[in-house]
Amino acid sequence: MNKLLAIAGGATLLYAVLAVLMGVIPGIELSRVPPGPGVGPLTALEARGREVYVSEGCAYCHTQQVRPLPLDEVFGRPSAPGDYAYATPQLLGSERTGPDLSNIGARQSSEIWQYIHLYDPRAVVPQSIMPSFRWLFEVTDEAPQGLEPVPVPKPYAPAQGVVIPGPDARALVAYLLSLKQAALPGAHGDSAARAATTAAAATSMAATPATPAAPAATAAASSVFDAAEGAKLFAANCAACHGAQGAGVPGVFPSLHANPAVAASDPSEHIGAVLHGVHGKSIAGVTYAAQMPAFGPMLSDRQIAAIIDHERTSWGNHAPLVTAQDVAAARAKR
Amino acid sequence: MLPVSVRRRAGPERANINAAKRMTSIPSPSSRTARYADDRALASMLSAYIVCATIWLLFATAVGVLLALKFAWPELLSNSPALTFGRLRPIHTNGTFYAWASPALIGLALYVAARSSGTRLYSTKLAWLTLLLLNLAALAGTITLALGFNDGDQEYREWLWWIRVILASGLITAAWNLIATVARREGKDIYLSNWYTIGGTLWTIIIVIVALLPWYQHGLGQVAVQGYYMHNAVGMWFTPLALGVFYYALPKLMNRPIYSYSLGIFAFWTNLAFYPLLGAHHFLFSPLPWWLQTTAIVCSVAMLVPVWGGSANFLLTMRGRPERLRRTPAAFILVGVLGYLLSSTQGTVEAFRSLQRVWHLTNFTVGHSHLTMYGFITFAIWGGIYALLPRATGKDPNNLLMGIHFWLATVGVLIYVVALSVGGTVQGLDWIRGAPFIESVTDMAPYWLWRSVGGVLMFLSHMLFAWNVWTMTYARAGVAGAVAAPAVAGA
Ligand code: HEC
Ligand code: HEC
Ligand code: HEM
Ligand code: HEM
Repeated sequence: MNKLLAIAGGATLLYAVLAVLMGVIPGIELSRVPPGPGVGPLTALEARGREVYVSEGCAYCHTQQVRPLPLDEVFGRPSAPGDYAYATPQLLGSERTGPDLSNIGARQSSEIWQYIHLYDPRAVVPQSIMPSFRWLFEVTDEAPQGLEPVPVPKPYAPAQGVVIPGPDARALVAYLLSLKQAALPGAHGDSAARAATTAAAATSMAATPATPAAPAATAAASSVFDAAEGAKLFAANCAACHGAQGAGVPGVFPSLHANPAVAASDPSEHIGAVLHGVHGKSIAGVTYAAQMPAFGPMLSDRQIAAIIDHERTSWGNHAPLVTAQDVAAARAKR
Repeated sequence: MLPVSVRRRAGPERANINAAKRMTSIPSPSSRTARYADDRALASMLSAYIVCATIWLLFATAVGVLLALKFAWPELLSNSPALTFGRLRPIHTNGTFYAWASPALIGLALYVAARSSGTRLYSTKLAWLTLLLLNLAALAGTITLALGFNDGDQEYREWLWWIRVILASGLITAAWNLIATVARREGKDIYLSNWYTIGGTLWTIIIVIVALLPWYQHGLGQVAVQGYYMHNAVGMWFTPLALGVFYYALPKLMNRPIYSYSLGIFAFWTNLAFYPLLGAHHFLFSPLPWWLQTTAIVCSVAMLVPVWGGSANFLLTMRGRPERLRRTPAAFILVGVLGYLLSSTQGTVEAFRSLQRVWHLTNFTVGHSHLTMYGFITFAIWGGIYALLPRATGKDPNNLLMGIHFWLATVGVLIYVVALSVGGTVQGLDWIRGAPFIESVTDMAPYWLWRSVGGVLMFLSHMLFAWNVWTMTYARAGVAGAVAAPAVAGA
């Protein structure tokens, strides 16, 4: 019996000590991390949306952690400890079958896009393997008072009636749109600053091996249009709505083929649309319910110029190019 | 070689010899009658554990196949919320963890505790209670997850708190039974297997409780607890129990004592020293404190000591007996040992920051999960069942069906793991290249398809396994493939 006691008791005691050291104490300490600047609690609706996110298991395919690595820069700035002060249960995730969502409210701010995407992801991203969440919606003959039907594109819409977001869908989208990374002190929207915050966050975490890309070198070569860069940025920022080939989704998101603003030799309307967004404008006789988000706060002048030039030279468009200086001038005008 | 084998004869290693003797000696006729009822009770207890676990294996891996197919056909069975990916995935993982692997390992551990201590089980009733609690938890957990009650998407602890209390009670009753049984042992020494199974069960009670208490789990604090939880659940629960099976079944199948008893004890303590510290390697590059992440990486490397030590011990026990390795139960254990060695070494390599940059968050991790939980744990369980269940019930399975089970499962998991390891690397390089995200999805398509192919082979092997379990337990002897084996008391 004594030997049994020694082995079982000793091993258990030792393990209990290690469990407290590696599980409980870090838990206690890190539970006390104060919220970062601009990080606040969720509203009741957003909190309900977060519960839907948990119960539908969105976290098994989507992370909410941006690492201080160059490959994560597309998702936002590196996550900081203070970002998670109100995030219980934590939803950092361990697999990225779908994109990181830490900053999705800023990256994809269109409510309508979110609804269509949840109703059937393939309606807006044909290659998507994300499940559809149709039970979060109701199909009725007519939209009730005060509710806009979701403009689901024809092949994906129910044969009869209109699609109305149910309470859980509205809560979930409110939650997704609330996922906006608060700016870290001293950060601006442009990529140089973003790289700088990468470095700052990295040093604050002591010896990171991460090497933020040298921003100065790339920013210098600006006046030449970088076609590959433009195509890449378009795919990352615009294709979700306008389609990988710029053809849009009829009636929901406009095509950029022969679009008047894109085709015009005066680029000011085109630049303005990307910088500040568009809402309620009729294009070729169609009025769009969805909004075109403003990319001014998220992309640098050079990046916006590259995207615009990509649009102006693709899909049969042949309009004059713009430069980062043109974008900077348009930015300054507002 | 020589000094080690000489030292083996001395000191605590005697227990090993004693146990080996007990395994082969046939008790006197009088004690045989006295123990007949005990043997029957033990056999029916073990049968019930294995049958329940097998039913859950079929269910949970049918769900796994459906999940795998959804990667190619996302609209497959997509109209019911209960069948959506995000609800089925935790049903699959918790089902395989707590309804397949856990009851099977506890059943085997109870059987080994009684046999290796040369005594009867402390309480058969308690063993039935444990099984009842485990099944109850699994049933409640599966139903609630399907209804959308998920405790925060925290992997492997998604069951609601009260269901995990039921699970913990199951573990407590199992630990009590194991300890009380070993306390009744004939000799002074405690056989190695029982170190691992008793240790593992007691540690896991702590793990479950640490994971349950809510007070220190807010925001980033919960991230730290989750990192701790994920690898302690696999490293301090499934790993020691599966190693306990190796330490008992292998000497039996090889008909020789374990190569080095003291190496087994050394691996026990080093496993205990390093495994609990490496949890944060699940969250490398996250905002967790950098020192916690570095500790995790260092301990991931230190884990090579118990892993290589333990694997060498098993492989050296098998050396030079190819004729015994060709018999199927030993072949399952051989794959299990290789699975342990390869997957844990893979884990160490994967933990380096330079490689995490490529593989973290990709499907490579899912490959690792299955190389470990399938190639190591599940094969260890199968080896244990095929080696021990016929000795308990006196009914042998059909050799050919056992062989087909072996090959389907081995080839299946190989395809599964290779496909995801290559695919996960492609996925990670796509991200590093800065390709649009959707490219990493479309590039995975062929690898996901291959994973489904491997998964279907694995699932077919489980159907054969289920049939074999039937023939080893409740089937009448002589029915389709069931071969009556001479019941050797004390086997
Ligand atoms: C099977 C894995 C899977 C699950 C489960 C899943 N998603 Fe996705 N999700 C994806 C993939 C793949 C993409 C990328 C393709 C696309 O945009 O549809 C994506 C894209 C997204 C995007 C757009 C991200 C971007 O950067 O454009 C959002 C928002 C999103 N998912 C939200 C959710 C929500 C909310 C849930 C739960 C209700 C969910 N997802 C469940 C796989 C998944
Ligand atoms: C959330 C979906 C969405 C995203 C993402 C999006 N757009 Fe748009 N875009 C729209 C909608 C909707 C309109 C039409 C708005 C209207 O007419 O009211 C539009 C209109 C436009 C127009 C035509 C403006 C005009 O005045 O005729 C251009 C050019 C354009 N978008 C470019 C882009 C570029 C470049 C990007 C990426 C940086 C982008 N869009 C991303 C939804 C989107
Ligand atoms: C020396 C031993 C081991 C080391 C160093 C190790 C290392 C790792 C690392 C670094 C990860 C995280 C991968 C990532 O997210 O990028 C991981 C995940 C995992 N490991 Fe191990 N591993 C070891 C052994 C094992 C064993 C023996 C098992 C099973 C019994 C196991 C089961 C798992 C599982 C299930 C995951 C996935 C967790 C998740 O994200 O859901 N590992 N391992
Ligand atoms: C027919 C056999 C099986 C198939 C087809 C299968 C399939 C799958 C699939 C498709 C996933 C989801 C992966 C993802 O989200 O990307 C998964 C996850 C998982 N499965 Fe299985 N599985 C099988 C057997 C098992 C068994 C027997 C176990 C354990 C004993 C197991 C343990 C796990 C774990 C731990 C995960 C989570 C992986 C992670 O987070 O890294 N699986 N499985």
